[in-house]
Amino acid sequence: MFDVELGHYLTLGAIIFTIGVVGVFLNRKNIIVILMSIELILLAVNINLVSFSIYTENLIGQIFTMFILTVAAAEAAIGLAIIVVYYRNSGTIRVEEIDKLKG
Amino acid sequence: MINLNLIIPEIFACLTIMFLLLLGVFKKNSSNLVYNLTILSLFILLTLVLNLSNVQEEYVFAQSYRVDNLSTFMKILTIVSAIFVMLTSSKYVKISKILQIEYPILILSSILGMMVMIGSNDLIVFYMGLELQSLALYVLASFNRDNLLSSESGLKYFVLSALSSGLLLYGCSLIYGFSNSTNFNEISLSISDFQYGLTFGIVFILVGLAFKISAVPFHMWAPDVYQGSPTSVTIIFAILPKIAALTIFIRFLYVPFINIIDQWQMIIIFLSIASMLFGAVAAIGQKNLKRLIAYSSISHMGYALAGLTTGTNDGIQSSILYMTIYLFMNLAFFSCLFMIRKNNKYLENINDLSGLSKHHPILSFSMLIILFSLAGIPPLAGFFAKFYVFMAVLERSMYFLAIIGLMSAVVGSFYYLRIIKVIYFDSEKEKYDTDHHLGLKITLLISTIFILMYFIYPNSLINLVSKINII
Repeated sequence: MFDVELGHYLTLGAIIFTIGVVGVFLNRKNIIVILMSIELILLAVNINLVSFSIYTENLIGQIFTMFILTVAAAEAAIGLAIIVVYYRNSGTIRVEEIDKLKG
Repeated sequence: MINLNLIIPEIFACLTIMFLLLLGVFKKNSSNLVYNLTILSLFILLTLVLNLSNVQEEYVFAQSYRVDNLSTFMKILTIVSAIFVMLTSSKYVKISKILQIEYPILILSSILGMMVMIGSNDLIVFYMGLELQSLALYVLASFNRDNLLSSESGLKYFVLSALSSGLLLYGCSLIYGFSNSTNFNEISLSISDFQYGLTFGIVFILVGLAFKISAVPFHMWAPDVYQGSPTSVTIIFAILPKIAALTIFIRFLYVPFINIIDQWQMIIIFLSIASMLFGAVAAIGQKNLKRLIAYSSISHMGYALAGLTTGTNDGIQSSILYMTIYLFMNLAFFSCLFMIRKNNKYLENINDLSGLSKHHPILSFSMLIILFSLAGIPPLAGFFAKFYVFMAVLERSMYFLAIIGLMSAVVGSFYYLRIIKVIYFDSEKEKYDTDHHLGLKITLLISTIFILMYFIYPNSLINLVSKINII
């Protein structure tokens, strides 16, 4: 069996991060998927921070993770609220139909 | 022992937000009262910050929060512009029916976030300030919640800003991993040699920050958000977050990473050139004034960033001067926008300005001064702003950057001059309402006089800014 090293955790973090970023840009269907992708990005950052924190024996990374978790919750709440407001005005949350502002 | 005296302004802002929230909940119909109390508390906040203006360089909370000349000056800029913003838009928020108790409180909490950002000397503190500011601004952008455009602009700003926060955080995690600390001072000590991880971290954080000040190629949210959100929020977007983000640019690049300037200099030069050129070219075809000011602010951010490419104290000071003058020009421009009103409806197309000079000579003349200044025509303040930046750039022999900047200034002056042509030479329209309230008049007067008279006595501002020595 091979050992799980720091590099493996970082690779996992990078992969999840990439999935998140790609999900924001390639998604054409639903705005909720974008919200989920943003959560993925923040979770990837958390994986990075915690693994760095363990391998360098420095506690700051885990404290940072706690802050990020809290902020991510607040951000999701506000994002959902804005989506609800938008849905009441336009009747849709399909990404391709959010195009009233352009020029 | 922690010296809490240094963060009294932040503590005061925090307590005020909580007090005003309680007041708004328990007292019925208190939105007007809360609005006025917010303005009052901003004045108190200003005196509290001014009280700290003789602090040279002090740290709080294990070096994670820093009070020095840069942070004090930028906090003063933020609070002063917030006061003017609140004064100018007090009638707008009533007429467009967005005056609820949350509105001034959200502005105050975004100010608190900006103050934390400006003072931060640690990645965690910086991130918390940034998020407090952004979360309040998401809600503000979609504050006119029965309006489709406003909620759409809030949605767009939310998605793109949250994405940029994510990128920025990824950069933070990389920098933390490779330098083993989140404190700016300790990061600068631990950087000994070239590491790929650190460079990646810097790039990610710069991308996130470029989103916040809407520098090209991360500008795509700006025109939509500026156009869709209520004008009283657009003026906030145009001024306040940019002051805070520019401070973080300075703090972040010049405290931990000044020794590896060759790693990030090209990125800033690229952002600067792209913003200047794109802002100048893309604004030409615009018909909506708020959209136009979005492109104009993109190109102005390019000039402000050009000062930061130099890696010298002169460059930083020229950027800060640019920001100060830009702030007054934008305040004056938006005060004019608030004055173009007919039957309680605010107009925001360039065509609505046609023939303005016939009925409103004073308003047109201030518009003329502001637009000339935005275009950078001497002897107005906007010219000096560009002059300082280009002097700092030329001193470092970066001729290419200076030439591109001058060229885009020439291209950019086209669309400012077009508005002047519309105001003075097009056929006149009906008269607009003239019952402007005092705050609006005072703001327009002060900022126009500042722009017009700056060249007579520029030393007072320059002396203030020249105290800011980071390196």
